[in-house]
Amino acid sequence: MTTAPTAPTPPAATTTGAVGTARSRVEGVEKVTGSARYASELPFTDLAHGWMVLSTVARGRVHAIDTESALAMPGVLTVVHHGNAPRVNTDYVGQLGPADPTLGVFQSDRIPHVGWPVALVVAETSEQAREAAEALDVTYETQPHDTAFHADRPGTYTPENAEVSKGDVEAELAASAVVVDARYTTPEQHHSAMEPHAATARWDAGRLELVDSNQGSMWVADELAKLFSLDLSAVRVRSEHVGGAFGSKGVRPHHVAAVMAATELQRPVRVALTRRQVFAITGYRSPTAQRVRLGAEPDGRLRAFEHVAQCSTSTVREFIENSALYGRVLYEADAHRTVNTVTRLDIPTPTFLRAPGEAPGSFAVESALDELAERLGIDPIALRVRNEPDVGPVSGLPFAGRNLLACYEEGARRFGWAGRDPRPRTRREGRWLLGTGVAACAFPSGVAPSTASVTAEADGTYTVRITAADVGTGARTALTQIAADELGTTPERVRVRIADSDFGPAWVSGGSMGTRSWGWAVIAASRELRERVALLTDIPAEGVTARVNTADLVASLAQKERYSYGAQFAEAAVDVTTGEVRVRRLLGVFDAGRIVNPLTTRSQLVGGMTWGISMALHEEAVRDQETGGHVGADFAGYHFAANADVPVIEADWLGEVDPDDPIGIKGVGEIGIVGTAAAIANAVWHATGVRHRDLPIRPDRVLLAEGDAQAPDRGDRTDA
Amino acid sequence: MAPAPLSTHSAITLHINGEKYTLPVDHRTTLLDALRERLDLTGTKKGCDQGQCGACTVLVDGRRTVSCLQLAVAAEGREITTVEGVAEGDELHPVQQAFLDLDGFQCGYCTPGQICSALGVLEEHAAGWPSAVTDDVRPEAGPPPLTPEEIRERMSGNLCRCGAYVSIVRAVAAAAESADAAAQDSHSHDSHDTKEQVA
Repeated sequence: MTTAPTAPTPPAATTTGAVGTARSRVEGVEKVTGSARYASELPFTDLAHGWMVLSTVARGRVHAIDTESALAMPGVLTVVHHGNAPRVNTDYVGQLGPADPTLGVFQSDRIPHVGWPVALVVAETSEQAREAAEALDVTYETQPHDTAFHADRPGTYTPENAEVSKGDVEAELAASAVVVDARYTTPEQHHSAMEPHAATARWDAGRLELVDSNQGSMWVADELAKLFSLDLSAVRVRSEHVGGAFGSKGVRPHHVAAVMAATELQRPVRVALTRRQVFAITGYRSPTAQRVRLGAEPDGRLRAFEHVAQCSTSTVREFIENSALYGRVLYEADAHRTVNTVTRLDIPTPTFLRAPGEAPGSFAVESALDELAERLGIDPIALRVRNEPDVGPVSGLPFAGRNLLACYEEGARRFGWAGRDPRPRTRREGRWLLGTGVAACAFPSGVAPSTASVTAEADGTYTVRITAADVGTGARTALTQIAADELGTTPERVRVRIADSDFGPAWVSGGSMGTRSWGWAVIAASRELRERVALLTDIPAEGVTARVNTADLVASLAQKERYSYGAQFAEAAVDVTTGEVRVRRLLGVFDAGRIVNPLTTRSQLVGGMTWGISMALHEEAVRDQETGGHVGADFAGYHFAANADVPVIEADWLGEVDPDDPIGIKGVGEIGIVGTAAAIANAVWHATGVRHRDLPIRPDRVLLAEGDAQAPDRGDRTDA
Repeated sequence: MAPAPLSTHSAITLHINGEKYTLPVDHRTTLLDALRERLDLTGTKKGCDQGQCGACTVLVDGRRTVSCLQLAVAAEGREITTVEGVAEGDELHPVQQAFLDLDGFQCGYCTPGQICSALGVLEEHAAGWPSAVTDDVRPEAGPPPLTPEEIRERMSGNLCRCGAYVSIVRAVAAAAESADAAAQDSHSHDSHDTKEQVA
């Protein structure tokens, strides 16, 4: 037994102050020197390379696969396909819901959409695998397909529990002095994380091991265990560094294919997706077609709030982009009706994408509020303030720390909103028309059970272990700061190890719930450790470990409306002769609870707002109805904001912490993108006098709208 | 007479970060794959493998190059600098330090390419190269001020999906300033000295 040089003692009532202090990333040096290893960068002896082969037809069946020719090519080891693949179990419920049928890889000859995996070619080198995969002769029996999404398409339905209402919307609309009834669309959008998905699978002493790039190693481990009917303890998934995720890095077909090949070959198999394959099989945000109807009194008070949001999904899985959730918490109205509807098409299954639901939903609702403000002649902020609820507008639940009004106030002050001429098309600077716009934003501040263990080491340092993921959020650093404060030590003495499913169950990096969920577990385990260590005089050589699962703590949380909020301000410049739109300034002021690390938090918020610019002006995946596949599934065809598209963006926060919240941390991962596109579209209206209800606000749309606005008897335009 | 079978491999020597590497490569192997898959230099990243994202940017004979669009066999004899060769031992290059201090990244995957690109930008700027947003492009005008607008334009070949551009611009500006300060400290206004300091 050794004596600890500095035996840990319980911290004083005040912490060491790590939380709230700007701190560069714990793994930052590794990332700027290139020594941080991502999923496809860990060396394995005897590694084989797998290359996915995806369906080129949108609907039908695989008629035949000429594996013999492929197997005769140099270096080719195997071709896994529906004719020889092992059976997997897809009848289970995982951490995030029922199994995704898309994970039933190579289980039948049926093709439900373009990009459906039909084979995995494995070879000694990636060049050999690629050549054989591209040469693989797959013939199909094709069937007619339908991939066209548009508003009110026949066959569109309302899923279970997708409609919430109170009062009589039609009656309140009829009694309203002013009614806005507007339709909005947003296109298919892709995550486009810079690191393409990659996984290496191998069997090691009877255990299945994956080195992966994911948002939750336990989530992936659990799903693979269920798919392959293994005991969870026989699966280990690690994901040390993740090159961006944004909702796309869950369990995907390449995981399943890699495990199948590693099992057959009994050697490590890596499957790294190409950029084109990332577009095809890792999910995306559904396009939306939304209708908002608002009815108001002359003073702006809302009598009716209705939001119907339609999205699309595949024929194999019902995934809903819940755009209509947004208004349920934001605005008071006598009558409320919010509905999500969905259309099934022969397309891949969409998935979570940064601020799922809220991002497109806020575009429609916050644009409609601006249209109502225009019609009423009321300042857009004053209109929102007038409809600020005291309790959840639909739920009636109390709010946990809602400081949205202070966000408007602080944002307006810093942006210079006061004295704004509300009339559109009044500011000009050279070839540019200038305008400003505002929007609110909100995103749920959820929490989920997680397990953390904290060890007091004999040398006076601490080791935290939790199956968290750091996808660029700064989670590793934030958890280090949280643990340091709770342990009454400095961050330098705390080692946080994450992203290893052997550390136990934990929430994923998603839903803006990571730091809140993991932080709570780290706090609870640190407190328990402190109490245990206080009774000891020495720390034994093996250290002292406390392990806590927060399931009971999470369950004991009072039911409230828990959200992050914010106010987004934008200034846009529009050249109506070229159609170019430039965002000149963006400011977001957020009510995001306790800020653990101001440096990385600002990056998260500014990053989200950058996505908002991208959503407003650039991003749009186009599907060719003839083939059912993408047109230009690359970064030329799918442009997201580059450096020159992005101006100075400021993000700040109030720092208010709900005293009744046991952790005080809210989410900052998603809120930055919410409302941003609406603030920009509202600024474009203010600049030009034209409403853009269809994203992105492309140059051709600006030019066509300008032509329409100049023509007599033609007003604002909406196209599809 | 039947033609000789086509050879598919060659032994090549690559000069990377001051080291010599001799290896046989498949002719199809890109410089990027040679670095990552053959030489275990995985700091250079593969984001799109088709020259659109800049994550694989390295310096070839001092010039910014997307290594995914260059075959390894074509890089023989050229001086290649990857992110692994930027720091002096444990001492970070001012560009790396600025990215770290100002949080010029989030997930870190585009970062090696951004850093190599920033090195190229500072060199190109010091050499007086104009960009698409430079007002006065006459050679005698000299380097334009390295404004945020100039940095944004010159760094636009490197995509960052996390949306760290605002901090990247600040980091490149800070590194340029520290390079200027270092040049001033050395009491030298010779542009070659400045280039040494920057690169």
